[in-house]
Amino acid sequence: MSIEFRMPALGADMEAGTLLEWKVSPGDRVGRGDVVAVIDTDKGAIDVEIFSDGTVERLLVEPGTRVPVGAPLALLVGEPDAAVAEAVAQPPRTTTSASTAPSASIPLATMPGRAPRVRISPAARALAERLAIDAASLTGSGPHGAVSLVDVEAAARATPKAVSRRDTAPMRAVIAAAMARSKREIPHYYVTTTCDYTPVLDWVAIRNAGVPVEQRVLPVVPLLRAVVLAATQIPGFNGHCVDGRFDASQAVHLGVAVALRGGGLVTPAILDAGDKDVACLMRALSDLVGRARAGGLRASELASGTITVTSLGDEGVESVQPIIYPPQVAIVGAGAVVERPWLVAGEVRPRRLLTLTLAADHRVSDGRAGARFLARVADLLARPEAL
Amino acid sequence: MSAAVVPGTGRMTYREAVREALRQALRSDPHVFLMGEDVGAYGGCFAVSKGLLAEFGEERVRDTPLSESAFVGAGIGAALGGVKPIVEIMTGNFSLLALDQIVNNAATLCHMSGGQCPVPVVIRLATGAGRQLAAQHSHSFEGWYAHVPGVRIVVPATIDDARGMLGAALACPDPVLIFEPISLYNLEGELTAQADACDLDHAAVRRAGSDVTLIAHGASLYRALEAAGTLAERNVSAEVIDLRTLRPLDDATILASVRRTHRALIVDEGWRSGGIAAEIAMRIVEQGFYELDAPIGRVCTAEVPMPYPRHLEEAALPSATRIVAAVMSQLGR
Repeated sequence: MSIEFRMPALGADMEAGTLLEWKVSPGDRVGRGDVVAVIDTDKGAIDVEIFSDGTVERLLVEPGTRVPVGAPLALLVGEPDAAVAEAVAQPPRTTTSASTAPSASIPLATMPGRAPRVRISPAARALAERLAIDAASLTGSGPHGAVSLVDVEAAARATPKAVSRRDTAPMRAVIAAAMARSKREIPHYYVTTTCDYTPVLDWVAIRNAGVPVEQRVLPVVPLLRAVVLAATQIPGFNGHCVDGRFDASQAVHLGVAVALRGGGLVTPAILDAGDKDVACLMRALSDLVGRARAGGLRASELASGTITVTSLGDEGVESVQPIIYPPQVAIVGAGAVVERPWLVAGEVRPRRLLTLTLAADHRVSDGRAGARFLARVADLLARPEAL
Repeated sequence: MSAAVVPGTGRMTYREAVREALRQALRSDPHVFLMGEDVGAYGGCFAVSKGLLAEFGEERVRDTPLSESAFVGAGIGAALGGVKPIVEIMTGNFSLLALDQIVNNAATLCHMSGGQCPVPVVIRLATGAGRQLAAQHSHSFEGWYAHVPGVRIVVPATIDDARGMLGAALACPDPVLIFEPISLYNLEGELTAQADACDLDHAAVRRAGSDVTLIAHGASLYRALEAAGTLAERNVSAEVIDLRTLRPLDDATILASVRRTHRALIVDEGWRSGGIAAEIAMRIVEQGFYELDAPIGRVCTAEVPMPYPRHLEEAALPSATRIVAAVMSQLGR
């Protein structure tokens, strides 16, 4: 059985992407979820996973090629049932499994004194040196498989350094298209509430005091957890609305707006956030933010968010009225935590307050449901220990 | 030079362009004369000098005995004596009979005399294959002669150069060997005012390109240009250089092109082993190694004495098909 691996849509408005690098070669066995290619989109270099098990038969597209969404990139031979079982029994191909492979399978190239000289054209070698690229690690497309100038140039485009220097104009255009579409098509309504965030901050402070630095959580994480729980409990806010039809999602893939250092932002999702407790969410968040800024987001993380949280608290503003990221139907915006006089049991007390705003799609839900959603979030935040 | 040097432009054959050049040289300088086998009464074995005997007389268009060594030696002596001989040798193959005169005398005397005895002789030789003249009349020895210091080796490939290089050769104080490709005598083309500005120092870019540099001279130029056209249909942009002069080689033009394209392929009607193609390739390596993105390629004549049958002659010579295939392999396709 032959399977086509096609250029995925890494966002609602993506029309084409540039293949930067293959992570697999013909003959490699791949399993669902394995990263097989790096695709350059207007949002940056994205690791793309495959969703079929099989063996790579042929790569159809050379690195550096711009390919429309849906066009075949590679052909796979599907696994017969027995082979699938075997594949499940074996861990997916990873770098660690390669290093623990029996010595009989160590490729000749790694044996001292036996390394065949890598074919690199003089011009490619000089360019690679200038750009500090390890030309020996590249796959050659020149005569006799030699690494040539085009291979080095493609590698230069694929390196994080190139990503950090990337032109932000295309990303601006993507944000513009998505936000314009959102405002054009989605009838937003907004509900806002100010909640007492003091219990959360106290709980976080106590929790963090007892654990090593790497296990501490940021004050925003309980908010993420509360939104995830509310999204599973109150219907109408978690899913996609396509062509006016709402598709509720069982899983919560929580989009997080991440500002990039070079300008622009991306909203990758923490996949299956419903299954993650606060500690787990914290690890997922720091991993996601790190990869969003360094390059290396996965395709599934970019396209599959079902609801999003954006926080502008670090900029000091008290509230934000966010714009829904299509085709999602809801987004929660959080301002800064501010200390204000607040009535607690009839007495004025200094409390640390957080203003939350829900923007939701009126085609899918009504203001009353939105109010219930936001009240549930505030309610959950009042008892952080239960999160 | 005044514009009158090239009387009029227009469409003509390569043969007519050379004849016009001879006529103009004979008219403008009484010291110029033409000598060689059958150049007079017969009009030249390729009919280049047809009509010149009637126009200029036996003193200036001189038939010689059938002895290359003797009449080339006479030409060298005449040049030493202060006149300007143009010596025609029927084919490059026959010039081997005059090798001693050319290599041991023409090339050396100026140097051995400390500059006192320049030898401004011009020797014209028909060269190359393509007319079914078989192994004793079809070889390309311009690369051999380019090995020798003290002579200049030029190969006009265009109508303008056929018309213009003779004047530049006569003005040059060194012995100049002009190799005229046999297969180009019937080539037709426009003579332009460019013929006036001919020099003996520079190669010419005949077609601009960005992916590979095809380096050719003489009849091979047209095979390279044909190949460049085919390559363009395959989205490969080939630059074509016409060497024009094999000694001295215009390294600057070659290297400037290779620095743009990063690939070089040399097309030479000579044999591969020890040929001018090897010399050019080595110069590229010496001066442009780090610019190269693929091994330098050569398309040369098969290493056999040139066959007589048409199909074997064509098979032996460089062809556009072989050039295209060589370029595609340089591109890894």
